[in-house]
Amino acid sequence: MSTTLTDGPAAGVVGTRMLRREDPALLSGEARFVHDLVVPGALHLVLVRSPYAHARVISVDLSAALASPGVVAAFSGAELAGEWGSPMPCAWPVTADMQSPSHLPVAVDEVCYVGDAVAAVVAASQAEAQDAAAAVAVAYEELPAAVDLEDAASDRVLAHSALTSNRAYTWELVPDAAAVERAFADAAVTVRERYVQQRLIPAAMEPRGVCVVPQPFGGEYVVYSATQIPHILRTMLGITAGVPEERIRVVAPSVGGGFGSKLDVYAEELLCLALARRLRKPVRWSEERSEAAQATIHGRGQVQEIELAADTEGRVAAVRVRLLADMGAYLQLVTPGVPLLGAFLYHGVYDVPAYAFTCTGVFTNKTPTDAYRGAGRPEATYAIERAIDALARKVGVDPQEVRRRNFIQADKFPYSSPAGLVFDSGNYEAALDAALELIGYEELREAQARRRGEGATRQLGVGISSYVEMCGLAPSRVLASLNYVAGGWEAATVRMLPTGKAQVVTGASPHGQGHVTSWSMIVADKLGVSPEDVEVLHSDTAVSPLGLDTYGSRSLSVGGTAIALAADRLIDKARLLAAHRLEVAPEDLSLSAGQFSVRGSPSSAIGLGTLAFEAFTAHDLPEGMEPNLEASATYDPTNFTFPFGTHVAVVEVDTETGKVDLVRYAAVDDCGNQINPLIVDGQVHGGIVQGVAQALFEEAVYDGEGNLLTTTFTDYLVPAASELPSFSLGRTVTPSPSNPMGVKGIGEAGTIAATPAVVNAVVDALSHLGVEEMAMPVTPERVWRSIGASASGTGGGR
Amino acid sequence: MIPASFEYRRAGSVEQALGWLSEDPDSTKLLAGGHSLLPLMKLRLATPGVLVDVGRVPGLSYVRDAGDHVAVGALTRHRDVEISDVARAHVPLLAHVAGQVGDPQVRHRGTIGGSIAHGDPASDLPAAVLALDGVLVIDGPRGRREVGAGDFFRGFLETALAPDEMLTEIRVRKAPGGWAFQKFNRRAQDWAIVGVAAVVNGGARVALVNMGATTVRARGTEEALAAGAGIAEAAARAPEGLEPPSDLQGSAEYRRHLATVLVRRALEEATAAGG
Repeated sequence: MSTTLTDGPAAGVVGTRMLRREDPALLSGEARFVHDLVVPGALHLVLVRSPYAHARVISVDLSAALASPGVVAAFSGAELAGEWGSPMPCAWPVTADMQSPSHLPVAVDEVCYVGDAVAAVVAASQAEAQDAAAAVAVAYEELPAAVDLEDAASDRVLAHSALTSNRAYTWELVPDAAAVERAFADAAVTVRERYVQQRLIPAAMEPRGVCVVPQPFGGEYVVYSATQIPHILRTMLGITAGVPEERIRVVAPSVGGGFGSKLDVYAEELLCLALARRLRKPVRWSEERSEAAQATIHGRGQVQEIELAADTEGRVAAVRVRLLADMGAYLQLVTPGVPLLGAFLYHGVYDVPAYAFTCTGVFTNKTPTDAYRGAGRPEATYAIERAIDALARKVGVDPQEVRRRNFIQADKFPYSSPAGLVFDSGNYEAALDAALELIGYEELREAQARRRGEGATRQLGVGISSYVEMCGLAPSRVLASLNYVAGGWEAATVRMLPTGKAQVVTGASPHGQGHVTSWSMIVADKLGVSPEDVEVLHSDTAVSPLGLDTYGSRSLSVGGTAIALAADRLIDKARLLAAHRLEVAPEDLSLSAGQFSVRGSPSSAIGLGTLAFEAFTAHDLPEGMEPNLEASATYDPTNFTFPFGTHVAVVEVDTETGKVDLVRYAAVDDCGNQINPLIVDGQVHGGIVQGVAQALFEEAVYDGEGNLLTTTFTDYLVPAASELPSFSLGRTVTPSPSNPMGVKGIGEAGTIAATPAVVNAVVDALSHLGVEEMAMPVTPERVWRSIGASASGTGGGR
Repeated sequence: MIPASFEYRRAGSVEQALGWLSEDPDSTKLLAGGHSLLPLMKLRLATPGVLVDVGRVPGLSYVRDAGDHVAVGALTRHRDVEISDVARAHVPLLAHVAGQVGDPQVRHRGTIGGSIAHGDPASDLPAAVLALDGVLVIDGPRGRREVGAGDFFRGFLETALAPDEMLTEIRVRKAPGGWAFQKFNRRAQDWAIVGVAAVVNGGARVALVNMGATTVRARGTEEALAAGAGIAEAAARAPEGLEPPSDLQGSAEYRRHLATVLVRRALEEATAAGG
C-alpha cells in the first residue's frame, strides 16, 4: 500500500472536515443522560461500601436505616444472595486453570477492597437513601490486605481467604524459546528495564448511572445504563440476574465518555434490575464522583520487566518481557485479557526476530482493573519505547536513528510479526520523518545543546515515541484462540425510507466518538443523499438487536465496514429494480450521486429516492423481489488493523523545582483512510491528553492499608487545557488492505503514543545530569529527587 | 455529593446575619461564595444545622482608597479585586493574587472574606494579606474590633473569629514598592504546593502559602535581610522554624526546598520590580 502525506482524497463528503452532527445537542444541554431521565415513582439505590480493603463481615444491622425517612427497603448481601443466577461475569478466562474468586454484586461474608458493596438501601430520594446508608451498622473483622502488586505476587498475604494463592493465571507467548536464549547469549549489548504502570482512574465526564423500569405486565424490564455495551450487557444481565434475555431491553442514552470503564457489567446494573424485580418499582442509581473513583474499574496497574538483546549499532535481535498485572480484587468482564491485548506488541514497530512474553495476573485488595483506553497496548508501547531510548543512550546513537535502524521496512508488509500477527500495512519511517519535520528536530537539538552548555535552570528535552497498535477488535477466530467467550463481528442494516431518506441501524454504541456523523457520511456518499438525511439508530437493543458495541478502536473498521457492506447490498437490490424500470440489463447501469443511468445514454436515469418509493409501494417490482430497499450485513474482520505513527514531545524541566512543562507536541498518525479528519483530530487531541495525564499527572494512590487516597479531583489530577500546549498534528495515509474502506481506527492512538513520548522527553532533558530512571507520574518532587540522587551518585528516581 | 440536610436562611443585613448567628453559633455557618464551605458539606466533612447566606447583604462588596490603606469589603469577589483600579494602583500584589485563586469559575463566585475567614494555609489570599500587613475588621454581638493579620490566623482552619462574629472588611496597607507572588502547583487551578508573597519596600515582608498550619511569615529570611544578607543567603533561611505538611503533592522536605527556591525568585523579582 502506498503512503500519502495528506488527509487523502475527498470525492464526496467522506474525507471532509464536516462538523459533528451530535454536537449541537451536547453543547446546548439538550442531550439526555441516564441521570436526566424523568421516571415517575423511581426509587433511588445507594450502596453501603466497605471502608476496609479486606475484612470479614460479621453482621449487618439495617434497623436504623429501615427506620430512616423515605426508606423503602434495605438489604444485606446475604438477603440478596438468592437474586443471582450466577456470579458476576468474566468473559475472558485466558487460561484453563485461571482462578476467579466468586464475585457477587453485594458481598456476603467477605469484603475484598475499599468500595466493595456490603448493603443496599432504597429510598424515595437519593438524599434520603444516602442518609439511611450512613445509618447502616456493619461489624467487620479486619483481615490483612494484599495491597502492593509485587508483594501480593509473593502470596505473603492472601487477597481472598477462599484462595490459596493470589495468582490468577500465567500466560505465555514464547514462539521460540531457544532463539531468544541464543539472541541474548550472543548480544553485544543488553538493556534491562523495569517500569511501573501506575493505576489510573478513568474519570469519564459522566459517572455511571442506571435506571431499570419494569414494564407493567409480562415481567419485562427496560434497563437504561451509561454503558458502552448495551448488547453484551443485555446478555450478561439475563444470565446473572436470571431474567430471560428477551425480557430485557437495554438502552444507552447519551453517554458521556467511557474510555473502557463502561465496557463492563457492574454490580449496580444487576442490583437495579434485581431490586426492580423484587420491589416492582423503577429503581435507579447515580454514581457520585468520589464513589466512581473506587467503584468503577481502574486502568493499567502493571510492573513490567523488559529486556533487549542488541548489537553495538543498536540493532535489536530479541525482546523478552515479564509482566505482573494487577487484577484488583475480582475479575471484571475482560480484566484478565487486558495484558494479552498488549502481549503481541512489545517489539513495537521494530523488526525483531526473537520474542518472548510472560504475564502473571495477580489479585490484590484494590478496585478491580479492566480495559482503559488502549488496554494493554499503551503499556506495551511504553515499555518498548522507553527501552529503545535506553538502548540509544547505551550505544550512543540518536534515538530517532536507533528507531530507523530497527523499523519494519515499508516493503515488508504484510509483515509476519515474531508474536504471530500479520501487520496489514505500514510505513513507519515516513511517519517519523514527518513528525521530526513538524517539530523541527534538528533546531531543537541545537537549542538543547545551548542550554546544556549554559547550565540553564530550565533544561530542554525531546522525546520520541513510534507506535503501532492492533485495532479493529476483532477477528472472531483469533478471539477463540485467546479464549474470549464472544466474537468480534459487527452488524448493520441500511434502509431507504419512502421519502428517499436513509436509515442506518448499527450495533456499535457511541459515547462521544461521533458515530452519527461518520456513519451518515459513509452512507451519504454510497446513496447520494445528504448526511443530514441519514438517520442513525443505535444503542437500544430493541432497535438494533444485534451488536457487539464500542471499544478497542473497532467501530469504524468493523462496524463501519458492516454499514458500507449493507449499503452496497442495498445498492445491488436497487440496481435490479432500476434495470427493471429502465428496461435495461443491470450491468448496463452506472451509479453516480444516487442516480442510476444507462451507460451511453445518460438521459435514461432513475434516482435511488424514486426507487425507494417504488420499492415501498411495491406496485411494480421484478418477479420475486421483496418490497422495500433494505439490506443487512454482519462483518467479521479477517485481521486486526494496525494504525501507527510517531509522536514527539518537547519539555522544559526546571532543575531547581523539578517542574516539567510540556511546551510543544507533534503527532503524526496513520489510521489509513479517514472518513472525517476533524473527528480524527479530536480523537488524537483527547488521546494525547490522556497519555500526557499518565506521564505527568494521574495516579490512583493507595496507602499501605489499601485505602484509596485520590477520591476527588483535588487529589486525582486530571490535566486541563492550561497545562497543555497547542498540538501540531500531521498525518500519513497508508490504507489497510484488510477492509474495503482501507480504514484502521484512531480512538486509542494518542493515548498509546503520548505517554512514552513525554517521559522520554523528561529523561532526555536530564540525561546529561545522569538521570536515567523516571517513574510515572513524573511529579516535580520525583524529578527533584532524581536530579539530587544522580548528583550525589546514588542513582535512580523514586 | 449531597450534603446532610440543613436549614437555609438568607440574610438581608449584617445585623440580621449576626442575630441568626448568635442563636446557635456552634452549628451555624455563614455562606458567602460557597467555594470552601460547600465542598466540605458535600463530602459531609462539615454538617452545619443552619446556613446563613450573606451573599446578598448589600454594601459589603467594594475596593476603596482609604488614604494610607485600601479597604476591601468582605463580600468582594476575587475577580472584582483582580480588576479593581484602586487595588491595581495601590496594592498590585493583592490584585494579582486574587487573579491566581483557583480558576475563573471560582474567582467569579468566591469572596475575599470567605477565603480569609476559612483560614486555609493553602489559600493564596491569606498570604497576600499577611505580606501586606493587613488588618481584619470583625463585627459581632460585642461590637466591632480590628485584628492584625499576624494575630488573625491561629491554626489549621482556625482564625481569631469567634463563632458568633463575621469578617466584614479587609484593610491592606498601600505598598508602592516592589512585590512578587510565586505560586507553585502542578495544575493552574490547584492550591499552591508552596506559594510566596513578598513585599519589598525598604524592608521586606515575606509570607508563605502551605508551609504550616497557617499562612506564615518567613521570619528567617526577613531577619537575614534586615541584617544585610544577600537574597540567596536570606532565601536559604526561608523554611527556618516551619513545619510544612506532607501530602500527595509533596513531602515536607520537598516543601522546605521549594520555599528556598521560590523565596529567592520572589525576592529577585520584587527587587527588580522596584523594591
